[in-house]
Amino acid sequence: MRLKLVPEKTDINFMAPWRITFGLSALLMVLSTVAFFVFGLNFGIDFQGGTSIRIEATQPIDVGTYRDAISPLNLGDVSISEVFDPTYAADQNVATIRIQAMDGEESVSPEVLAQVETALNGVDPTLTFTSVESVGPKVSGELVQEAIIAVIAALGAVLVYIWLRFEWQFALGAVAALVHDILLTIGIFSVIQIKFDLAIIAALLTIVGYSLNDTVVVFDRVRENLIKFKKRALLDVFNLSLNETLSRTLMTSVTTLIALVALFVLGGDVIRGFVFAMIWGVLVGTWSSVYVAAVIVKRLGVRRDWGQGNGDKAGTQFATDP
Amino acid sequence: MLQISLWKRALIVLLSLAALVYATPNLFYERVERHNDAVLAMAAGQDTPQLRAERSLWPDWAPSYLVNLGLDLRGGAQLLAEVSVTDVYADRIDALWPEVRDLLLAERATVGGVRRMPSDDLGVMRVAVSNPDGLDQALSVVQSLSRPMQTLTGIGQQDLEITLDQGQIRITLSEAERLATDDRTMAQSLEIIRRRVDEVGTREPTILRQGADRILIQVPGIGSADELKALIGTTARLTFNPVIGTTSDAGQTAGLRQVIYPSAEDQGLFYILEQTPVVTGEQLVDAQPAFDQNGRPAVSFRFNPSGARAFGLYTAENIGSPFAIVLDSQVVSAPVIQSSIPGGSGIITGRFSVEESTNLAVLLRAGALPARMTFLEERTIGPELGQDSIDAGKIAALVAMALVLIFMVLSYGMFGVIANVALLFNIAMIFAILSVIGGTLTLPGIAGIVLTIGMAVDANVLIFERIREELRTARGTARAIELGYEKAMSAIVDANITTFITASILFALGSGPVRGFAITLGLGIVTSVFTALFVARLILVTWYERRRPKTITI
Repeated sequence: MRLKLVPEKTDINFMAPWRITFGLSALLMVLSTVAFFVFGLNFGIDFQGGTSIRIEATQPIDVGTYRDAISPLNLGDVSISEVFDPTYAADQNVATIRIQAMDGEESVSPEVLAQVETALNGVDPTLTFTSVESVGPKVSGELVQEAIIAVIAALGAVLVYIWLRFEWQFALGAVAALVHDILLTIGIFSVIQIKFDLAIIAALLTIVGYSLNDTVVVFDRVRENLIKFKKRALLDVFNLSLNETLSRTLMTSVTTLIALVALFVLGGDVIRGFVFAMIWGVLVGTWSSVYVAAVIVKRLGVRRDWGQGNGDKAGTQFATDP
Repeated sequence: MLQISLWKRALIVLLSLAALVYATPNLFYERVERHNDAVLAMAAGQDTPQLRAERSLWPDWAPSYLVNLGLDLRGGAQLLAEVSVTDVYADRIDALWPEVRDLLLAERATVGGVRRMPSDDLGVMRVAVSNPDGLDQALSVVQSLSRPMQTLTGIGQQDLEITLDQGQIRITLSEAERLATDDRTMAQSLEIIRRRVDEVGTREPTILRQGADRILIQVPGIGSADELKALIGTTARLTFNPVIGTTSDAGQTAGLRQVIYPSAEDQGLFYILEQTPVVTGEQLVDAQPAFDQNGRPAVSFRFNPSGARAFGLYTAENIGSPFAIVLDSQVVSAPVIQSSIPGGSGIITGRFSVEESTNLAVLLRAGALPARMTFLEERTIGPELGQDSIDAGKIAALVAMALVLIFMVLSYGMFGVIANVALLFNIAMIFAILSVIGGTLTLPGIAGIVLTIGMAVDANVLIFERIREELRTARGTARAIELGYEKAMSAIVDANITTFITASILFALGSGPVRGFAITLGLGIVTSVFTALFVARLILVTWYERRRPKTITI
């Protein structure tokens, strides 16, 4: 008795509704871009500079009173938000305070911190600072740059690797799928305004890795079937390959999602945004392997003379099995 | 054809067992840590019954490598400091003045009187001579001070740039010399920060140079970034300067080559001092916390021979006049010289608390920082938050693991069990390697491991799915298994290499916690491929050899 996510043999015509699915992806990409420009990302201090203080108290948190206590300090834009998490103890109340970067100051001065602490302790003596992080505008600017470079470098490296291992059409398809995943992730972060910090960049790159993993497995099967069935129509070869890999695609997605959901629920609020990005990434990454990467390669068309004789072995020159 | 040669089997088993053995200490983290601390303390010559008891918490013969816990898990403070490397240029140029003056005084007949002129840029010295006809002569004399660079990168270049500018001689460091100076300043700053942090005796601080002029300092276990800043942010530059007078007006313009510093004790009192010190803290050989005659906390110090000589000479010549002890641009005290002090030792009094005098002694002993530092980034993580994160991460990882194990058995039966064993070895390997290479586990790193748990089964899934397919067409079960491995290979290789590429880029370009994540992700990829292709296969082949099943179901 086995748990089977998909029947032994499937014959789904994945490519048939490509206009709808690809159109949906394109629409979501456009919406994400719009969301990014309209709502913007809720940048953390890593990218914007400023100070973030995490406080814990045994008494319930009253954001309004806290704000009143801090406002005489004239710290400029201060935002206070309470954090809720199922992993907290009953008398554990957590909030974060965000203070914008001061003009001309690289990081928050100990005096300001002491003032904030005294002011808040006046409201609630049980309150403690569990973490204080302060990033100067100089560094945050550089971090933004580094993050963008990291993402572009990853895409470039992948483009080259797939081009070497497959054909340029596959490389384009894979990179288009990755751009799709990144855009959609940025889009959802813009819409629901989760804090976007350095860890999310790490998540983005992991999504790139995961989605690619998926895409490459599909491509690998397409390549194999293109050699095996030289006469079959391209559309059939793609559908066959997608059906053959479907079971694996779902198995891997489900195991990864199981692990990620456990982390999302139980891993605490500090990494929840990070884990959310990855869950989202696994979903869109699985989708894009089929409906973006494969569709683009199919549209671009591929050469069918692979593996013929000793002549042109384009695309398989570095493959492990001929 | 499912043969694996004997030596290969031995190697796989050996590596897997080694992984288990080296990962084990992490299960007893606290005990092993206390054992390690005790071993270190005993190696340093201490020996108490308590230390012996701590040491016996973990056997000496067993591996005792542990994964370092990052700041976000252990709590502690992190600072990113920028060193004002240009500060040092001014000091270097200032130090040249006596030499320049002596050279030109020897040529008084042609150049006339010599004066040092004020300069906007502190890294530039301007010198004027009273006889304009002697200017060229003066220039060529001063130019003899410039020497060819000795460093590898500066070969063929001079260390000073000496030119004529608006009828004055302009002396500054050459570009190559500046670069060399920057390197020295950074090396010195790193060394001094390290010494200061070590004096406090915390566990495994990280002190790293980042880029041209930055230093990253991570100290686990310290209370707050402010504490750390007080320790390393102080320049602790000690000088002894002749006093010219006092004033109550901070805005008063100082005379040529003079400076005005505030008094540390009296608000509103300012001292006018000669800019060139008699002796500096660099000439100290020792500093200890002490008490003065009135029982107030003070710091006693001792000069090296050259410092002692200069100090002795100066005090002998200036009995009755005050001189100032200046610490970081503040006059700590300005006693009147009662008698010549030939021995080269003395005492600094001021309004210190016992703690301050102890700290000052530490700072003076470790040496002054060559340049000021600005802090660009500071982070403090409380130990409770770190503990919460570890607890949450642990539970999440265990639950994730249990769910994945169950799901695999439900999906693949016996083969799922094999994949699960491989997965357990995989996790052990990640911890073993992290421990042995001294890697750091951060909160995103735990997420990386959890993600690996999910993805690690991928290679096995690829193989099992392939074997399933082959079972439908191939002749015989052995052939199907063999073909499954063979044909899944290319997908496994491609998929993992591409993921590994992104992990490497993360590692190369990321910093801090992101890097911790990249390490666990990258390691996870390598170990998961190893466990799928070797460990799981070995188990599978061993099982197959014993049973020789006619049919198999996956």
